[in-house]
Amino acid sequence: MGKIVLNAVRKSFGEVDVIPGVDLTIEDGEFVVFVGPSGCGKSTLLRLIAGLEDTTSGAIVIDGADATALPPAKRGLAMVFQSYALYPHMTVRKNIMFPLKMAGMEIGEATRRADAAAKVLNLTAYMERRPGQLSGGQRQRVAIGRAIVREPAAFLFDEPLSNLDAALRVNMRQEITELHQSLKTTMIYVTHDQVEAMTMADKIVVLNAGRIEQVGSPLALYNNPGNTFVAGFIGSPKMNLIEGPEAAALGATTIGVRPEHLSVVSEGGWEGVVGLSEHLGSDTFLKVTTDRVGTINVRAGGEVILRPGDRVHLAPQPGKIHRFGADGKAMT
Amino acid sequence: MATQSSRAAARLMVAPSVIVLFIWMIVPLAMTIWFSFRLYRLLSPERTGWVGFRNYSWFFNSPDFWLAISNTLLLVGGVLAITIVLGVLIALLIDLPVWGQGPLRILVISPFFVMPPVAASIWENLFMHPQNGMFASFAQGLGMKPILFMESYPMSSVIFIVSWEWLPFATLILLTALQSLSSEQLEAAEMDGASAISRFRYIVLPHMTRAITVVILIQTIFLLGIFGEIFTTTQGGPGSASTTLPYMIYKQAVIAKDIGRAAAGGIIAVILANIVAYFLMRSMGKNLDA
Repeated sequence: MGKIVLNAVRKSFGEVDVIPGVDLTIEDGEFVVFVGPSGCGKSTLLRLIAGLEDTTSGAIVIDGADATALPPAKRGLAMVFQSYALYPHMTVRKNIMFPLKMAGMEIGEATRRADAAAKVLNLTAYMERRPGQLSGGQRQRVAIGRAIVREPAAFLFDEPLSNLDAALRVNMRQEITELHQSLKTTMIYVTHDQVEAMTMADKIVVLNAGRIEQVGSPLALYNNPGNTFVAGFIGSPKMNLIEGPEAAALGATTIGVRPEHLSVVSEGGWEGVVGLSEHLGSDTFLKVTTDRVGTINVRAGGEVILRPGDRVHLAPQPGKIHRFGADGKAMT
Repeated sequence: MATQSSRAAARLMVAPSVIVLFIWMIVPLAMTIWFSFRLYRLLSPERTGWVGFRNYSWFFNSPDFWLAISNTLLLVGGVLAITIVLGVLIALLIDLPVWGQGPLRILVISPFFVMPPVAASIWENLFMHPQNGMFASFAQGLGMKPILFMESYPMSSVIFIVSWEWLPFATLILLTALQSLSSEQLEAAEMDGASAISRFRYIVLPHMTRAITVVILIQTIFLLGIFGEIFTTTQGGPGSASTTLPYMIYKQAVIAKDIGRAAAGGIIAVILANIVAYFLMRSMGKNLDA
């Protein structure tokens, strides 16, 4: 079981309100991703849930019991740190068994659990090595192993993939998602990478300056961003946010069009000059300077061959224009 | 970069200082060995030349010799035990974020800057003195007899004074080790359910083993030669109760003016230091590997 409820949770360091007040419900078995730019308070929020920081006010309820004042060990949560935080002087086996040893578990049962975890994580061959002799991905798996042997109510991941190289990151991303599918345990995952958020999450929580901007499934956030911040943050390349007469014509302060929702047409639409053209094979990313809407990004098909200096006409696909009011919120 | 010729050039460049250092080391050692086999007393005109191992056998047959060896080892071991245990505890304390941390740390380190004879004099005369000392006045205030530190507990008193001097060194090294421990490791252990004592036992202490090894090795080198503190306080007494090997050599060289015997004692001290170093490196050398 792992239902976590945050009630008006606030955290301030001295005078600074890092988290001015957050309400959030995380259902049992959900994979929730906290995403936001660096310094948005997502790690702090995770550490509050873990109990590594004290809440200034508000309540954290885990499985119906108020855990606000409980020490980290009593909350039944396991955490995977960005630096992995493995114990360098212990072997992989001892690292994985450490939480069980601390819980006073009988050694045979602890060994059985550690071996089972190692099998799941492909670590069986490395059990007698020390963390210093392992690669980054293996260390990451040991850290996860140390978390799963405790059979916690929920897993907390603090940017666990940011120290890995790009190829390994994609692999580990899939492994963690598969782990979630087999364990069906609540997972809370902090990242600044919106690709990780989109691919892994059941539910994304977008944070900005300690406030929740929007909560929803990845596709809900992509299709219906609640405000300009979420619109600009979710999706890659970034959504084009256009202000001025073009927006006013649609009765909005800002309109947003995703680069993939712009078509290259033979005439009409917005006319402009290609400034930059990146051919990825499957896609072509264009940076176009237009007369009417400024510089916008376009994601065209791989078959579109354009060179810097070429003139193009761009038309937004019908029904794919997002309108935002003066307060930045989406208009319906 | 390290081509054949550049390595040869490097050796050539380093050679003069290596040669000077080697001479610096080998000449006194050779002279000491030379004198240790000769009859050479400053107060006697008799110079009968070679005496074989007689200077050495005098040491081994002296009743004071084995006491001096055990006193030397007791001093080294006692000071190491006190400085490392207290050093770890003080390092843990001053690593905590407290107000006035900077000045506090300087105060903790300051005993190290007091010269050994001065430190010993301060302790002997201001604290441990049976008439004027602070401990004596405490004892009298409680209606007890003052303790005669230098007479009744000479070795313990010397060990205490030397520990006071070396505690800052140990604390400083151990504090830097403590500060290099990643806070995420401690947090992970906290999440794993380790109590404060378990975190110290399983995370902090293993992290500090290398620093502790360094403290043991460096302090051993210096503690084997402790002389000033004994000279200013107990003079090796009462009787020979607090005579260490260096102090015994001093007695032969300066009081008895027997250079031959003192030289033999010096060579024994060198051998003792090497035996200690051998056992230390055997038991703890692997802690120094990364």
